[in-house]
Formats: sequence, structure tokens, C-alpha cells
Amino acid sequence: MKKEVKKLSLLAILIAISLVFSYVDSLIVLPFAIPGIKLGIANIVIIYTLYKLGIKESIIVSLLRLILSSILFGSLLTFGYSLAGAILSLTLMIILKYKTSFSMVAISILGAIMHNFGQILVAIILMDTKEIILYLPLLAITGTISGIGVGLLSVLVLKYTKGLELN
Amino acid sequence: MKMKALIKKHLLEIIIIGSILLIALLALLMINLAMPKGDYVVVIYDKVEVERYPLTAEISKNLSYEDNHYNYLIIKDGKAFILQASCPDKICVKQRPISKVGQTITCLPNKLVIKIVGKTSTVDMVS
Repeated sequence: MKKEVKKLSLLAILIAISLVFSYVDSLIVLPFAIPGIKLGIANIVIIYTLYKLGIKESIIVSLLRLILSSILFGSLLTFGYSLAGAILSLTLMIILKYKTSFSMVAISILGAIMHNFGQILVAIILMDTKEIILYLPLLAITGTISGIGVGLLSVLVLKYTKGLELN
Repeated sequence: MKMKALIKKHLLEIIIIGSILLIALLALLMINLAMPKGDYVVVIYDKVEVERYPLTAEISKNLSYEDNHYNYLIIKDGKAFILQASCPDKICVKQRPISKVGQTITCLPNKLVIKIVGKTSTVDMVS
């Protein structure tokens, strides 16, 4: 029972932190912005949850973050984009974590690229403009850069929260 | 020595991410080199072409197809860009001026796409 309460509180805290990170993400827009370029620091929380708590919990945090951040800082439209990106990205990260020995940085990079890929896919379908795919190469590069940063930060966060175990 | 072991341990992921980057860079290069300069600026609202301007013209026009939604389009020196917009994220405003065939400026909140096309290519009116 105590463990359950602890887990519930931890999940709530994680969702709250990821929301703050989403907000910071939406504030920092790079000057040469093309749709979809973001720091993606909210992914630190998702990676943390995936490594610390597991698949089910990471899905919960990811989905609730999406729904809440769309209500608070976005719109129904941004929800659609982010949802496709988040589902693809999280699925890939889960597969990579459990089926390969990939490092956290690599998983973060590939997750970021997959997130961009999902958003582009939805944009192409919604806007019916296939030229949007031309953004993909640039997004893959920026995704790699931000993915390295997010991955390294996730490594650090996990290292310094070692004492906080769930029992 | 430690570095070598580290690289060996992560060889597969380095190769995968490296090749993705390489392909992306090559694609980016090809897109930039292969694209001819366009002839027309096409404005697409809700999947339908609504305006078409020659890229050589000097135009500043307020594109507004819904109440309280607008994008201020500028065509100048053979390039098109959005000066101002009503959307909250202003991504269309921050995008660089476009001039080559296939380049787009998209404003998702306003369902607007600004696209550069060549003389021969036409935008699909029916979708």
C-alpha cells in the first residue's frame, strides 16, 4: 500500500515536471525556426520514467503530459501532431531499451528523430502538402543535436537520483 | 584505451545514427542544389489554392480567410515570407524567405500553406 502511494505521488510529480519542461520547450523557439524544432527537454522526464519505473508508467506520463500541455499551452491541432510524434517516439524508445543494449544517449537521439518523423507525417496528411517532407533532413539533424543533449542530461539525472528508490 | 572500448561497445548505435545524419546531410545538400528557382507563389488555404502571384512581383498582402486569422505575406526581391501573423506560435513568421520550387511556409493554426512552384507545375486543386 505504501509503495502504491509512493508510486502514485512520483508519477504525479513526474507529470508536473514534464509539463513545466513542455512549457519551457514551447517558450524557446530557435530563430531559424521551421515547424517542429524544439529542445525536447520534456523527453528527459519520459526517459527517466522509462528507465526508473517501466513501460506502463512511461506511457501514462507521456500521454498525460501530452493531453495537459495541449490544453494548457496548445490546441487540438498541436495535440494531433504531438500525439503521433509521442507514440512513435515512445514505441521506438521502449523497443530499443528492452531489445537492444543501446545507450541512453542513442535512445534519446533516435526517439527525437522519430518524434519529428511522426509530426511531419501528420503534417503531410493534414495539410495535404507532400513538400513538407523536405523538412525531414533538417529535422533529423536538429533532432540528433537536441537528442544528444537530452540523452546526456537524462544520464546525469538518473545518476544523481540513485538514492530515490521506490521501496 | 577506454575510448576505444567505449566506441566498440556502442558501435552499432554510432553506425545507425551516423548513417542517418549522413543521409540527412546528403538529402539537404541535394534539396538545396537540385531545386530550381520558382516562378510563382501559391497560397493554399484549407487544401485549396486561393491565390497565385508571380515571384518577380512586389507584393504585400494581408491573407485572411477566417475571422481574426491573418497572415501578412510579402513578396520582395524574388523571395516570399510572412511578415506578421495572428497565430500563437509565429512559426510562419520565423521561417526564412522562400524562393525555390517546392519550398513551403506553413501556418498550421491558420490552415495556410505558402508554396513556391515552377512554370509548369500546378497545384492539385482536387484533393
